[in-house]
Amino acid sequence: MLNLLLSLPLAAGVVACAMPRRAAGWVASAGSLGVLGLAIALVAGFDASADGLQHSVDVSWIPGLGVRYALGVDGLSLFLVALTALVWPAAMIFSALREIERPRLYFLMLALAESATLGAFLAQDLLLFVLFFDLMLVPFYFLIGAWGGANRVPATTKMIVYTLVGSLLMLVAAIATAILATPAGGQLTFSIAALQSHLLSTGSQYWLFCFFAAAFLVKMPAFLLHGWMADAYRAAPLPVLALLSGVLSKVGAYGFLRVALPLFPQATTHFQELILVVALASILYGSAMAFTQTNVRLIAGYSSIAQLGFITAGIFSLRPDGANGAVLQMVNHGLVVVPVFLIIAVLYERAGSEDLGRLGGMAMRAPVLAALFLVVTLATLAMPGSANFVGELYILIGLFQAKIVYAFVASIGVALAAFYALRLYQRTMHNRAPEGVESREIGWRDGLVLAPLVACIVALALYPQFILHRIDPSTSAKVALRR
Amino acid sequence: MNFHAPHIDYAALSPVLALTVGICIVLLGGLVRRDRVVVPLLTLLTLGITAGLCIWQFGERKDLVTGALRLDELAIAIALIALTAAAFTVVLSLGEPAAEQSGRGEYHALLLGSVLGMVLLAQAQNLVSFFVALELLSIPLYVLCGSNLRRAPSLESGLKYLIVGSLGSATLLYGLALIYGGSGSTDFNAIAAGIGKAGVLGDPLILIGIALAATGLAFKISIAPFHQWTPDVYEGAPTPITAFMAVATKAAAFAVFIRFFEVALGPESGDWDVALAVLAAISIVVGNVGALGQSSLKRLLGYSGVAQAGYMLVGLLVATKLGIDALVFYLLGYTVMNLAAFAVIVIRERETPFGDDIHAIEGLGRERPLLAWPLTISMLGLAGLPGTVGFIGKLYLIEAAVKDSFTWLGVAIVIGTMVSLAYYLRVIAAVWMTPGRESARDPATGAELPAMAGGETIEAGGVHAVPIGLLAGLAAAATITFGVIPQPLIDFASNAGQALAAFL
Repeated sequence: MLNLLLSLPLAAGVVACAMPRRAAGWVASAGSLGVLGLAIALVAGFDASADGLQHSVDVSWIPGLGVRYALGVDGLSLFLVALTALVWPAAMIFSALREIERPRLYFLMLALAESATLGAFLAQDLLLFVLFFDLMLVPFYFLIGAWGGANRVPATTKMIVYTLVGSLLMLVAAIATAILATPAGGQLTFSIAALQSHLLSTGSQYWLFCFFAAAFLVKMPAFLLHGWMADAYRAAPLPVLALLSGVLSKVGAYGFLRVALPLFPQATTHFQELILVVALASILYGSAMAFTQTNVRLIAGYSSIAQLGFITAGIFSLRPDGANGAVLQMVNHGLVVVPVFLIIAVLYERAGSEDLGRLGGMAMRAPVLAALFLVVTLATLAMPGSANFVGELYILIGLFQAKIVYAFVASIGVALAAFYALRLYQRTMHNRAPEGVESREIGWRDGLVLAPLVACIVALALYPQFILHRIDPSTSAKVALRR
Repeated sequence: MNFHAPHIDYAALSPVLALTVGICIVLLGGLVRRDRVVVPLLTLLTLGITAGLCIWQFGERKDLVTGALRLDELAIAIALIALTAAAFTVVLSLGEPAAEQSGRGEYHALLLGSVLGMVLLAQAQNLVSFFVALELLSIPLYVLCGSNLRRAPSLESGLKYLIVGSLGSATLLYGLALIYGGSGSTDFNAIAAGIGKAGVLGDPLILIGIALAATGLAFKISIAPFHQWTPDVYEGAPTPITAFMAVATKAAAFAVFIRFFEVALGPESGDWDVALAVLAAISIVVGNVGALGQSSLKRLLGYSGVAQAGYMLVGLLVATKLGIDALVFYLLGYTVMNLAAFAVIVIRERETPFGDDIHAIEGLGRERPLLAWPLTISMLGLAGLPGTVGFIGKLYLIEAAVKDSFTWLGVAIVIGTMVSLAYYLRVIAAVWMTPGRESARDPATGAELPAMAGGETIEAGGVHAVPIGLLAGLAAAATITFGVIPQPLIDFASNAGQALAAFL
């Protein structure tokens, strides 16, 4: 089942390449809808009481190097897989509804990106994880570089160099972890479960943890490692940006829970405060930037930095509550940020600008669009009653248990989110409409793309326990290892 | 007193014999028939037969010619690389003016002569056969580099290669003589025994000899700081010959590097590994930084080859079976990745007025996607991105380095890779993200651009885009295939390591 999940998008993408131009997008979208179906089946069939891996696949891939093709889902990855499967068709169909140059290549790259991202969430072999982690970059390099806006080539090069700096160091660290953990004469293995049972000495853990952490923090991006973010966000096509911000950034946070915490428990404790400081700095910096920017993409982009800071803080509270909140918040943030970027694309088509100064008054004639955006905005600012509120609450509870000072600072971030989210909503939807803004209702096709995402936000707001119940055994186990 | 004729193992020598016969036939064929088909076909036939004989002999491990040569999996693996590269070169040379001007028979016979040198060099197990094979490899290449008689850069390239190559050979020869003086033998195994008593560090004669020999080999492989000739020669030489040099020379020189250092000097690896580690690190830095500013694709690949040689040297200096496996694996991957890139360059060089300048491939993704893909895959592979054989190769090398406590070299490989992304991605960006150019005129002023170095339009005898493009596609497909299913290639490479494992 996982094999099919992993290969279906890419297969559909390759088939789409052989199709006529107009059909390419729909074939690729059909493939991603198939993945969504599989993911729903995966969630439905998930045994919430077990904390181990389910649907495991484990075959030898490169025996000479000790690399295995090992996949599996547990509570940790289940909803991230579901998130990926949900937002990818949205971005694909949204793109397929529009005229795109060289559509076959575009959809092939989107499909490859989906396969690689799913692979990163499913991989249970350290090296396979690194491989998919790196592979994700390749399609995004092309998507931004070939279909992006002004300055796209420098922006995408910067992005790939930044992120590969992290992930190549991670490659060395992964190899070193496996070699150091293998007893002399033993068979080399990269299996995460096996490595977990041979923990390394504290000294090795420290530097290996730093290599992994660098890769994950760049990917998010976290404060001080976010240099690639602004340029890439400015240049990327919006559906691609939705995926970049909604899903790819989560792979970094996921990596901490999947790799860093279980394999380097002592180092995690040692560096806890350092990472927490980075996380809090991300929250404050991201929020501050988000309400000073006027480009709507960058507002959403910097708010992502702040949200990812929250998620990281939750993980590094090293408490089950914080980690549960972090995983829930990863899903929540993916669910809100993808519609935000798609709505920005819709706004851009109506106003011809992405600058707050040239937007406004959209709600006048487009109540449905405004309503959709309002739900998303309220979820973004973690309105009580939304699942984001529950997620942030859990994160803060975890932080209060662990480091009370950090919790107070993080609480400020909750308030700041309200500022920038409401500012974004008001300045685009309300106020007087400037010259050249055409207030037009969202098309029914685009509406159909957005509606399921918003429906998921509402559904999760009503019943967040659906996720929490399933992730708790796995995340608690990851955090408990440290004790 | 009875005279015993020495036993001659014709079966094991058959690849060498077939090549030798082939050289004569091709040379004569060139004299008899002057058309464009017969000589390349005869050359391909020779290469094919030789490759077949090599595969037939695969798995044998024996000394030949009283121990001067040794046939084993390492020798055969490297021979197959050289034969593949030569076959590619023959196809790339279709329509190559150099082949026309210097005479088709001579051109191809020289190519085969160089291949013969490589096959012998990969088997050499004796200082004398080592040096003779190396010269047999080099001398035809000096001529081939200058074979484009009507282009000054080609002649310059040939002359430069001759002078620098001779300097390298002389250094090497001096080193070999000192090693002979110090150990009292020319045979690799006997040298190991001869050194064994005092150790390398105890005997200045041998120490200097090793240093000089390593320097000479570093010239051939173009390891920094002995690489200065590489970009110039690569740029000036006819592109098919550049492709051949980039791949086959490096493979053959690495083969003898492996055999010499692991067999003759293997027991003392602790004494020389740090020196080579420093060379590897310098090479990684110099190659990658040098490539950053290049606009000529051949120069870019020349510098990238310097960096890649640095990566591969890591596999050599760890002196473990894993290291040799990794090195041979990387060489195999490097072969297909580079050949794909050079094939595309050859086609664009003939189609556009830009020569091998990066302008020649701008807009390729829009106009000729079938050509753009092989080049893209090759660049992604050389950059070591996952899904390509380059990723597995780097993984293999880093694993070997970390396992032998050279973790810092693993990190050096990674840092080099990061720098290299800047220029490999520049090529990809030119292919997919830049509009194509109509002519060699400056779009702003309309003035004719100065001819790119080595880039004047080549009066070609036809582009031959179909066969060359097919080869490029084949090489690119291999890059992906072995990136996804690397185990067969790993098994093949580890045979080579197995053959030398006894000496480590």
